[in-house]
Parts: sequence; C-alpha cells; structure tokens
Amino acid sequence: MIKFILKRLGLALLVALTVSAISFSLLFMSGDPAAAIAGETASGEDIEAIRRIYGFDRPVLVQYWEWLLGALQGNFGESYYFKLPVADLIAERLSITMTLGVCGITFALVTAVPLGVAAAMRPNSLIDRAALLLSVMGQAMPSFWFGLILIVIFSIQLGLLPPSGSSTPIHFIMPTIVLGYYAMPAIMRLTRAGMLEVLSSDYIRTARAKGASEVRVMFRHALRNAIIPVVSLAAVQMGFMLGGSIVVESIFALHGAGYLAWESIGRNDLPTVQALILVFSGFYIVFTFLADVLNAWLDPRMRTA
Amino acid sequence: MKRNLITGAVAASAIMAATGAYADKASDTLNVAFTKELENVDSYFNSSREGVVMQRAVWDGLIYRDPSTNEYIGNLATEWNWIDDLTLELKLREGVKFHNGEPFNADDVVYTVNFVADEANGVKTQRNVNWMKSAEKIDDYTVRIHLKNPFPAAVEFLSGPVSIYPNEYYAEAGPTGMGLKPVGTGPYKVVSVEPGKHFVLEKNENYHDSPKGQPTIGKIDIRTIPDVNTQMAELFGGTLDLIWQVPADQSEKLAEMGQFTVANESTMRIGYLTMDAAGRTGNADNPFADVRVRRAVNHAIDREGLVKALLKGKSQVVYSACFPSQFGCSQDVAEYEYDPEKAKALLAEAGYPDGFKTEFYAYRDREYAEAIASFLNAVGIETDFKMLQYSALRELRMSSGTPISFQTWGSYSINDTSAITSQFFKHGSLDDTRDDEVKEWLDIADRATDPEKRKEYYAKALQKIADQAYWAPMFSYNTNYVFTKDVEYTPTADEVLRFHAMTWK
Repeated sequence: MIKFILKRLGLALLVALTVSAISFSLLFMSGDPAAAIAGETASGEDIEAIRRIYGFDRPVLVQYWEWLLGALQGNFGESYYFKLPVADLIAERLSITMTLGVCGITFALVTAVPLGVAAAMRPNSLIDRAALLLSVMGQAMPSFWFGLILIVIFSIQLGLLPPSGSSTPIHFIMPTIVLGYYAMPAIMRLTRAGMLEVLSSDYIRTARAKGASEVRVMFRHALRNAIIPVVSLAAVQMGFMLGGSIVVESIFALHGAGYLAWESIGRNDLPTVQALILVFSGFYIVFTFLADVLNAWLDPRMRTA
Repeated sequence: MKRNLITGAVAASAIMAATGAYADKASDTLNVAFTKELENVDSYFNSSREGVVMQRAVWDGLIYRDPSTNEYIGNLATEWNWIDDLTLELKLREGVKFHNGEPFNADDVVYTVNFVADEANGVKTQRNVNWMKSAEKIDDYTVRIHLKNPFPAAVEFLSGPVSIYPNEYYAEAGPTGMGLKPVGTGPYKVVSVEPGKHFVLEKNENYHDSPKGQPTIGKIDIRTIPDVNTQMAELFGGTLDLIWQVPADQSEKLAEMGQFTVANESTMRIGYLTMDAAGRTGNADNPFADVRVRRAVNHAIDREGLVKALLKGKSQVVYSACFPSQFGCSQDVAEYEYDPEKAKALLAEAGYPDGFKTEFYAYRDREYAEAIASFLNAVGIETDFKMLQYSALRELRMSSGTPISFQTWGSYSINDTSAITSQFFKHGSLDDTRDDEVKEWLDIADRATDPEKRKEYYAKALQKIADQAYWAPMFSYNTNYVFTKDVEYTPTADEVLRFHAMTWK
C-alpha cells in the first residue's frame, strides 16, 4: 500500500512538472509578456525597455529553470501586476474559490444523490420525469444566464440576497446554487443509472428475500455500490469547480482563484499563472487520489488493487 | 394570493431601490464599480484606465490641464519656465501637505522624478516618464527638471501621468507599499485597499487650493464587478450609484427608463486601419503599396454609418491621424467620402478590377471590425478575418507587419499630437509606412519649442499621411456614464472619472 502511494506521488510530481513546463512555454507562445505588461499605450522602445528590465530577453529555458528553482524553494515570485508575492495573492483568492467549490459540490451531492435514488426507485414515474427535466435544464442553462436570473429575482425583485461580493456567508448562496446546479445533472444521472443497474442484480433480490427493509436495501446494499462511480465523478467535478468557476466568480464579483487565473492569463502575468496552474493541477491530482481512497473504503475489492 | 405576492415583491423592491439611493446620499457615500481589476494603485506601475482614475483622485501633478478649456494651470507648481530646450524650472506651491502629514517640497519632486526616470526601477508606463533625465533641487520650493531631448509636450505630461509622491514615505514603502497604502496630496485619501477588488476613498478635508476644486462627496466606495449585467443589477438595487464604460445598447435602454442619468462623452481613442505601405510583410503581391488601393480603402468605408449604427453617442468621424482636440491635430487634410463606386474604380485603375484577397487583423471590438471588413468586401477586397489577442497581434505587427489591420489608440489621454502620430510614423517597430519626409517633419514638430512651428509641421505631416492614405482614420470612441439622479456630474472628454467634480443634488 505504501509502495502504491509512493508510486502515485512520484507520478503526480511528474505530472505537475510537465504541466508547468508546458504552460510556461505556451504563455510565451501566446503573446509577448513585455508587450502585455507595458500596456496598450506603450511604444516599441518602451516594450524593449520592459523586456530588458524583466529579463524576458533571455532564453525561455533559462527563465523556466529560474522559476522552477524558486518554486522548489517555495518562492513563487512576485506578480508583475499586483507587485505582491504570488503566494499571498493566491492564498487570499483561493480561500474564496475553496469555499465556493466545497459549497457547490456539497449542494450538488445533497440534491443530486437523493433525486437520483428517488428516480431509480420508480423509473419512468412522475418523479423520474421531474428529475430528468431538472437535470436537462441544469445542463442546458448557461451559468452566466442562470446567475443573472437569480440576481434579478433574489436581489432586485425580492431584495433578499446581495448580488455581488464575498464579505459574508450570505454572499455565497447564489454562487453556490449556480455552480452546484451545473454539476448536479451528471451526478444525478449517474446515481440513477448506477442504482437501476444495482437494483436489478441478484444480491438485492437476496437482500429483499432475507426480509431486509426497503430503506436498508436501498441505502445499505444498493446505494453503497451505485455510488462508487459517483464519487469519482464528484472528485473530478470538484477539481473542475476549483479551477473552472471563472464564470460564476465573474458574475458575482467573487474575485477567486479562477477569475484571477483568467485575468492573469490575459495579461501574461507569468509568475501568477504558473503558480495557479501548479495549484490547480495539484487539486486534480489530490482529488483523484482521494477518490481512489474513498472508493477503496466503499468497495473492499478495490483495496487490494 | 400569488398576485399579491408578486405585487408585494415589486413594491418591496421599489422601496428598497428608493431607500437604497437615499441611504447613500444620507451616508455621503458614492458607490462606484470598476469593470477591470486595478492590480496596483501606484500609478507608475499600472497602465489601466482605472489606474488613471485613482491617480487623479489620490495624487496631484505639478501642472493641471483644465479639461474643458485645455488651458494649463499650476497645481503643485505655481509657475514654470523653460531655461533652455532641456531644462524646465518650476516654482512649487507652499503649505501643501501629503495625506500622511509629510510636508510637500522640492525633495518630493526630486525624489519622484529621479525614481521614475531611472529605468532600473521598472516603471511600467515608460513613455510617460522616459523623456525626463533627472530633477535637481534649487531651493526648498524651486526645482529643475532636466530632459533627455527637447520635448515640448513636457507640460502636458506633467499635467497628466506624472504625479508627485512623498519622498520619505515612497523611499520606505516602494511601489508595493504605495499600492497597498497610497499617500498623495490629492482631493481624496485612500482609506483601504483590497488589491484588485475594493478601494475606499475619503475626502481630503485639508485639500490645498487646487485648480481641481474641492471635493464634496465624503466617501467613494469602489468595487470591481467584472460583469456589466451584475453592475446594472446593483444599480437597480441601489447598491451602486455610478457605473461607466457601459455598452451603447444597454445605455440606450437605461436612458429610456428615465430612472438614471445617462451621460455620454467622447474619449481620445480613435479607430483606424493601418496598411502595409512600406511592404514590411514581404508579400510578393502587396496591393497596399499602391496609393490608389489605400485611397480605395478610405473611400470604401462608411464612417458616418459606423458612428450612427455602432459607436453612437458623441463619437465623431475622423479623417486626420489624431484626435481632434490634440495640440497640432490639423483638420485641414484630405477627406475621403464614402463612395464604393469610386473605390472600385480606383482598385481597377491599380490593376485589381476584380478586387483581391487579403488577411485582415483585429484585436478588439469584433463587431466594429466585422462591419469594416464587410465594407471592404463590398468593393471587392475579400478579407480573411483574423482576431488575435492584443499582445499577439502587436508582436506580429512589430516583427513582420500585417497587410491591413484595425487598430485603436487612446493616446493615454495626452492632449498632444506627439502622443499618437509621432508614435506611429517615426519608423518605429509599428510604423507600416516608413515615410522619411513624414518622420522628418514629425521630428521637427516634436522638438520645436515654438507652438506655431509645431503646428505647422504636424499639419504638414498629417496632410501627407492623409494624402498618401497611409491610414484610414475612421472614428473616435465614446463612453457612457450611468448614475443615479442624486448625483451631479459632467463627464470630460478624456475618459477620466473625476470624483472631486461630483456632487450630490
């Protein structure tokens, strides 16, 4: 087991290294960082000056090596734009994104799993249809539109919730719903499909024949098996939410890490982008790892793998 | 029951909107939205419009340009004289204090100028400062600024982007500290900064007798809200009092509702096409080397139509390669009227009776760029439309040029032709024409200290640019300001929000 974990960790490090190298070179290919820093009103000579000052005139490989050495020592440098240490900047922004991500995935799971179970219990019933409608809507509605509709209803018309910002927990209610709703359909459909498959299997029939209560059959026998792929999916969705909540962050002016990444890419803020990419890829790695562990806990057969 | 609920909700929202607005006036706080993140408030270390807005609120320049009359008035300096072409002597105002209590004197000017002029300090907006060599203290209230080359636009720059920092504080805090806790002499002092997100300003009760005038609104609360729709929702909800840079279509709707004041004002940004007259792309067949083709392009575009249908507001049609209010921006140049038939005839004369195919580049305002491309298509110039990121297109233009591209330039709100025409026609890396004569005239105009001589040579250069149709200047931009009826404000033509000029009704 330890050997397995070490192997996974080594692999994870390699993945992170590759991702950072690729993103570094991509940033240089996508545009001239000196031109981006100097701004739209700069002349050619100004850009050359910026290039010299920031050292962009050196080979990309040298610059990457320098960055990597710093990163290995925990020094991610200073943002070209904020003039602040990247680590502080990201820590501040990440707390918002993490809050949003955890709330979002919790909302998605809490609504999607019971709905999926209910839909599977009575396939093609009214509740199944209603759940289907809900999930199709969630998948079809763009979050920027859904977010605005919520703002119009709850902030402007009802005056109940603040439309933007992140200063209190109440500010996170609408963003959570929008972000969670987007992840909900896939989780619900997967729960439903898994449950249907499991419910038709022999051991459920056996459990029922033993006289186990329906609740026990559903949650003890069926859901525990059906939820395994859902856990993997939720882990991936969580990773997606942490890196990809850009639209939601932008609508509700949350200023999280996703929005920071989007803005930083636009202005070629290399140190910030590099560190963020490292953090995001780290999340994916950690969450897939956690999903494996969780699955192993849910399904003893996986523990030996 | 249901109906009651809805009516109740609407009534409640109406009450909330009303009380929200009154509450803000009552609490003397103006809530403003920025669309883009302002990363560092230190004005030498950002190049954004939001940065200029903050700079004008928090700091002062030595000189001030009245935005309505364009007249130069002393601000931190009371008088200024050219000792020679390279030396400007300024007498400083006495009794001014920075927000932290540090008294303002010659040391502050000398420190600020020497700091920003030193390339090693990495000021981002190099062109705003790199004309200065150094500053020298004559006595406590007299300084001399030494220039690298003759630069008559110095006074304009000293009234714009060059603001004076407190020497002791800046030496200690540096750009990072200044960004987090800005200290200036300006009409507003900074209470709190959450980088990129939230800025709170407070009226400077001890503001000196500045030509900017005294601030009246007590508190300015600025939040960054990237989504324009969210901004509008907050405006309706009463949690915002003023938004700006609102797109034309949305401003029209807001104006129709009558609930808010919608003000439109021109900006210094102009939109133009630049063509590969010098053959920098190295294309074997380069139609744009032929003046008749370039004139055809100029005749092909319905500038009036673009302004009326897309830009709207106070945008104007532009024929000269600069913004009309800029010093030296002669309007006495060839004007190419919209005439597709004439364009086709010119193309035929140049040997392209069936038109030709070309790559067409743009980096912003896709809708404008597409409309322009379709005007070209209509006269037979088939465009291969390419939309690039700003820095990518810029790099391409610098390295190998482009056949034709839609560009815009805001002159950094500098009211002088040297801020635009001289940027692009003096054989720099973005000069698509490389005309020696134009360069020579611009050099004379940029360096002459006699205003009449400057005007004369800018006019010569601009006339040749228009005559040779090196560019197709098209229109100026505008911006929309939307604010609650409680606020009294007249925007200026340079796209700078002036909080000190805003009052409650």
